[in-house]
Amino acid sequence: MSIPRGRAWLFDNDVDTDVLAPGLYMKGPMEEMARHCLESVNPDFAANVEAGDIILAGSNFGIGSSREQAAQVLTMLGIGAVVAKSFGGIFYRNALNFGLLAVTSQADLQVAAGDVVSVDGVAGIVTNELTAKTFSCDPVPEHLMAMVAAGGLVPHLEQRLNAEREAN
Amino acid sequence: MGLTLAEKIIANAAGRDSVKPGEIVTCRVDLAMMHDSGGPRRVAPILERLNAKVWDLEKVVVITDHYVPAVDAESAAILDLTRKWVKANDVPRFHDMEGICHVVLQENGHLSPGMFVVGGDSHSPSGGAAGCFMFGVGATDMAGVLVTGETWIKVPGTIGIRWNGRLGDGVSAKDMMLAACARLGMGGGDYQVIEYFGETISDLSMPERLTLCNMAAELGAQTGIIAADQSTADYIQAAGGVSGAFETWCGDDDARYLDVHDFNADELAPQVAIPHSPANSASVEKSAGQRVDQAYIGACTGAKLEDLQMAARVLEGNKVSSSTRLLIAPASTRTTAEAAADGTLATLTAAGAILMPSGCGACAGYGAGVLAEGEVCIASTARNFKGRMGPTNSDVYLASPYTVAAAAIAGEIADPREFLS
Repeated sequence: MSIPRGRAWLFDNDVDTDVLAPGLYMKGPMEEMARHCLESVNPDFAANVEAGDIILAGSNFGIGSSREQAAQVLTMLGIGAVVAKSFGGIFYRNALNFGLLAVTSQADLQVAAGDVVSVDGVAGIVTNELTAKTFSCDPVPEHLMAMVAAGGLVPHLEQRLNAEREAN
Repeated sequence: MGLTLAEKIIANAAGRDSVKPGEIVTCRVDLAMMHDSGGPRRVAPILERLNAKVWDLEKVVVITDHYVPAVDAESAAILDLTRKWVKANDVPRFHDMEGICHVVLQENGHLSPGMFVVGGDSHSPSGGAAGCFMFGVGATDMAGVLVTGETWIKVPGTIGIRWNGRLGDGVSAKDMMLAACARLGMGGGDYQVIEYFGETISDLSMPERLTLCNMAAELGAQTGIIAADQSTADYIQAAGGVSGAFETWCGDDDARYLDVHDFNADELAPQVAIPHSPANSASVEKSAGQRVDQAYIGACTGAKLEDLQMAARVLEGNKVSSSTRLLIAPASTRTTAEAAADGTLATLTAAGAILMPSGCGACAGYGAGVLAEGEVCIASTARNFKGRMGPTNSDVYLASPYTVAAAAIAGEIADPREFLS
């Protein structure tokens, strides 16, 4: 897949699923929920985020409930990748299953909010393109990167099954 | 370096000699369990979009438990959809209204030590009591499993919880878990595996072990697991299942644990978790005297045969207080039959308990027995999150069946040991 590249949004530790996908908007349309994504920790985020932007966060990003919307809402907003010290386990599964690149990095990422960064999940490299400094992140296996590139588990299976059917 | 039990099962399912925590591998799935809420109604549209069939029907178990019995047109339609999907797909193992999925799965011997199992429910860690690696997945993950028979997993590390000593009379597995939740906190499991061991665990029956593994979810773990021993094998065989070479499914002596937490059963008093988290647990005396409007004995962790027997021991010769009500929803229809045969039900109903259908029911705020605004309930369930059993201003206290029964008699939270002779 192409390497996600965009402006950095910085978040602290323990950004939970209720902050990402507030329960208050659970019954409404996803678009409405997207407008409130992360608003309790950064009210400017949803209105200003652009396709390809990258989230850099501390530990336990996405802790909390199993709601798939927490990952879905970030893909709707066009987030290119999330780099965090660690992830909530179910959120991590959901993110990759919805085509959102999520990588862990223990590096001291020297990135300021708004710096342009790129995330190479296969090579395991986060680059601050403003300063040209690179940092290591844990690489994602290629078969999972293929799933992410396809847009998630379901589209990936769709491609795979169609290819198998054409071959037969 | 040796492997923990969980790592061994994952390595086997991945077709590898070894795996390391943190690496991502793809595993063959031995069994996929779905229920009426997260099952066919959520996965069928994905299978239709993919125009794909289930990879191996022999490895699928479907159980209705969330919306049973139907209480309105919506729940009836969900059950109808589930039954039609099972029929259309010729799913051989379908348990319709036989009880709560985690209990029914074990009662029917569907789980064997060493299996790699996914369940469409957050309390799927229950399967760890049979020595399986079983964890909960969402509908998208489940659809992927149904199509391919595989799923990817980031190999979790293992945290040990070691219990030594003997439980006193009136103290049970639920008390052990509430104490663990209080010490480790709800994030203490860190999406790793909790493996339980020690002499107290060896002395526990399978249903009590199910309660421990089930509530690994409350510690934030990916799952819980207990290495199979002779009592596991006996239970599985009696249930008509296959225990196989269960002795081989244990951790290596030099396996690496992220941490081991030690607990002592000798000193453990009955525990009560105050609203709104299982981690708010402390000895029963801290909440003694708290009024209760409803006492509820139900759920996978709190209404198996042994749980009903615990309640019956407290209720024997006593009456439910006129200031409260006691609702009992046995975990399965088999539980009900066995409790009827051994006299447990007669003791419960003579004390004034109201019997309810088997299912997830009030525990998850679905079925009959939900609370009114401002009401207080003490329940033998696993979770007391805000609003789980009714309005957000209703309160749920968690405790063992012994303690719930004692509260039903007293009309307020009380130490169950005062009622045991």
